Amino acid sequence: MTHQTGDAGMQPPLVVSRLAKTFTMHLRGGLTLPVVQNASLLVNVGECVVLGGPSGVGKSSILKMIYGNYAINSGEILISHRGETVDLAEADPRKVLEIRRETLGYVSQFLRTVPRVGALDIVAEPLVARGVSLAGARDVAASMLSRLNLPEALWQLPPATFSGGEQQRVNIARGFITDHSILLLDEPTASLDAQNRAVVVAMIAEKKTRGTALLGIFHDEDVRNQVADRIVDVSSFSARKAAA
Amino acid sequence: MDDLPLLKIHDLSKFYGNRIGCTNVSFDLWPGEVLAVVGESGSGKTTLLNCLSTRLTADAGMIQYRMKDRGYQDIARMSEAERRVLMRTEWGFVHQNPADGLRMSVSAGANVGERLMAVGARHYGNIRAEAVDWLGRVEIDEDRIDDQPRAFSGGMRQRLQIARNLVTSPRLVFMDEPTGGLDVSVQARLLDLLRGLVQDLSLSVIIVTHDLAVARLISHRMMVMKNGHVIEQGLTDRVLDDPREPYTQLLVSSILQA
Amino acid sequence: MTGLDASQISYNFAYLDEQTKRMIRRAILKAIAIPGYQVPFASREMPMPYGWGTGGVQVTAAIIGPDDVLKVIDQGADDTTNAVSIRAFFQKVANVAVTTKTSQATIIQTRHRIPEETLKAGQTLVYQVPIPEPLRFLEPRETETRKMHALEEYGLMHVKLYEDIARNGEIATTYSYPVKIEGRYVMSPSPIPKFDNPKMHMSAALQLFGAGREKRIYALPPFTEVVSLDFDDHPFKIQEFSKPCALCGARNVYLDEVVLDDRGSRMFVCSDTDFCEDRRAAGHVGELGVAMEAA
Repeated sequence: MTHQTGDAGMQPPLVVSRLAKTFTMHLRGGLTLPVVQNASLLVNVGECVVLGGPSGVGKSSILKMIYGNYAINSGEILISHRGETVDLAEADPRKVLEIRRETLGYVSQFLRTVPRVGALDIVAEPLVARGVSLAGARDVAASMLSRLNLPEALWQLPPATFSGGEQQRVNIARGFITDHSILLLDEPTASLDAQNRAVVVAMIAEKKTRGTALLGIFHDEDVRNQVADRIVDVSSFSARKAAA
Repeated sequence: MDDLPLLKIHDLSKFYGNRIGCTNVSFDLWPGEVLAVVGESGSGKTTLLNCLSTRLTADAGMIQYRMKDRGYQDIARMSEAERRVLMRTEWGFVHQNPADGLRMSVSAGANVGERLMAVGARHYGNIRAEAVDWLGRVEIDEDRIDDQPRAFSGGMRQRLQIARNLVTSPRLVFMDEPTGGLDVSVQARLLDLLRGLVQDLSLSVIIVTHDLAVARLISHRMMVMKNGHVIEQGLTDRVLDDPREPYTQLLVSSILQA
Repeated sequence: MTGLDASQISYNFAYLDEQTKRMIRRAILKAIAIPGYQVPFASREMPMPYGWGTGGVQVTAAIIGPDDVLKVIDQGADDTTNAVSIRAFFQKVANVAVTTKTSQATIIQTRHRIPEETLKAGQTLVYQVPIPEPLRFLEPRETETRKMHALEEYGLMHVKLYEDIARNGEIATTYSYPVKIEGRYVMSPSPIPKFDNPKMHMSAALQLFGAGREKRIYALPPFTEVVSLDFDDHPFKIQEFSKPCALCGARNVYLDEVVLDDRGSRMFVCSDTDFCEDRRAAGHVGELGVAMEAA
């Protein structure tokens, strides 16, 4: 378990300490399912840390815990937000939403579609939430979708009927469009072809140059090698045996 | 001041004899926040909504609302006159059955304009122009402005009810199963509309629903009720994706996947 | 016309017993103290059915005294059946002097019109009212309308006017046109034509309103502000008549339409018969009129 600090004296944007989580499945008679214990890691400015380990070991769950989507049993999730350090695990819902709006971004594995809203507007929404005009946000969204080679004919359509790869590109564009200082990426290239994988790799590199702290899961070894500054093996935090 | 809660609820309880309507409900609501209250029939969610909106008088607890021009006001201590004015101006209530929230024998334009007239609007042309504007915002064709809601479909009536409530720019809107009984495509349209309006107008909303998908789409926070108690509350996506309580887990797992 | 003498009258003066009169007078005083506010009262069984002026009759009976001079009109005329019957009723039970001359009456009971001649201080106008509640047609619940009056929630009244304009291009209400009293209560002026509404404003006379079936009394003390409801861009307008009275040539008075024959010829004449007679007696002649002989 190694971690390095960035520039001398600069607090890493994301510091996770001793996370522990156990699911209790009441519908299965109270069966407990430990997920992680004693998980600690940090991500520095401009760094891309990759969560490694076999599937089923809890990588996605860790990302969701950091995002506040999953609760934790104990531990700290320290985020540099508005110049201060906030423990997301202790933050009330309003604070969590504020952090998500301004500081912490997330590209989930599957796009949850909203009916009736077109792809362009879905991508533009995080910017609009930050106060950018709708027209301006749509412009930026358009350039992102172009870069990800999403055909313009699809931009006005709600993504519910898109292919997996198309949906994923919408998801990526939406996650990368702002200048959040921390970005969580859950298998962002899983359904993409080589050309678009390269685009995503380039986008990640640009984010790093801008100082964004990235924490991601990459199934594809090639992509992983291109983007990872460090790999943290999650198996050491695992509270259960990895899936066979 | 967006830093202060708009509504502070403390230990709210309502009993029907020995039966619990709702009990020990406490939460704060901020401007621009949408809170979903979910539960099955008999959970107490509608009782809670009615107590919060002062349609019912609570037996215990306190409701404090931050008035525009002064600080927090204990709603129970307000005179009925002040409460009625509040309900017409800063608050809104969207009923499950739109006929309960509309004047069915009066034109759509008059339905939307009534609240304006109630607070002193006296220029017919302006009132009509505002009604046209609002009908447009809820996607009702301008040429239906003189038609009565009796001639509208369920979805249209519901959208009209929303326009009627929002015309005075309320800060807080209560919604009781606003999509109940509507066709699925109509529901989707209505929810999308609500989402947009809530964002554009920075509305605070307390929405009662038994439909978790509605809660996920539109709310920031969620409260799960069972037998009159709040058994779980928190960030909506957290409660739905990582439910803690047995009942919540049961609810979430019961959603049919289309 | 002679009335019965004291020994032959088998009714209490003016028909109602003294306690009832007291009750009605109390209601009237309350009504005067709160102009435009509908005061509930214990309306009595009268020797005429509901809908025939029992409210007005009870108010008149409560205030009339032996020295009063009573005029009764119905749609402006002294000689219609109802006016004649009510006048005869009071002659029988109160033995009061009666007149058709507006200027000579101390009490004028009216159905659906205000006399054209301006009323003076000391005169009382008693209106017969069918539905006292101006909001009734839009809000059928009495519990709600009482609250609306108490809390001054009159948006609904303007909704009715809005609907008129939306449907007809203008406010189509031509009678029972709602008015606001002293900036506070909204009141129904009874089914007088809106033409008469301005006469209520700042009148020197006392105006009393009685609804027998609905059991309400309301009042306008002298010199009360009475404003007809309207919109800024659709201001209140009274009816205009294209021709003057065919009998006396009067302008700016309310005219009745009278059908003359089977071929549909008609004439428009003053609804206020006393007013028309006075004008003709003074020598005015309309296009269909005949000069009056000297009385």
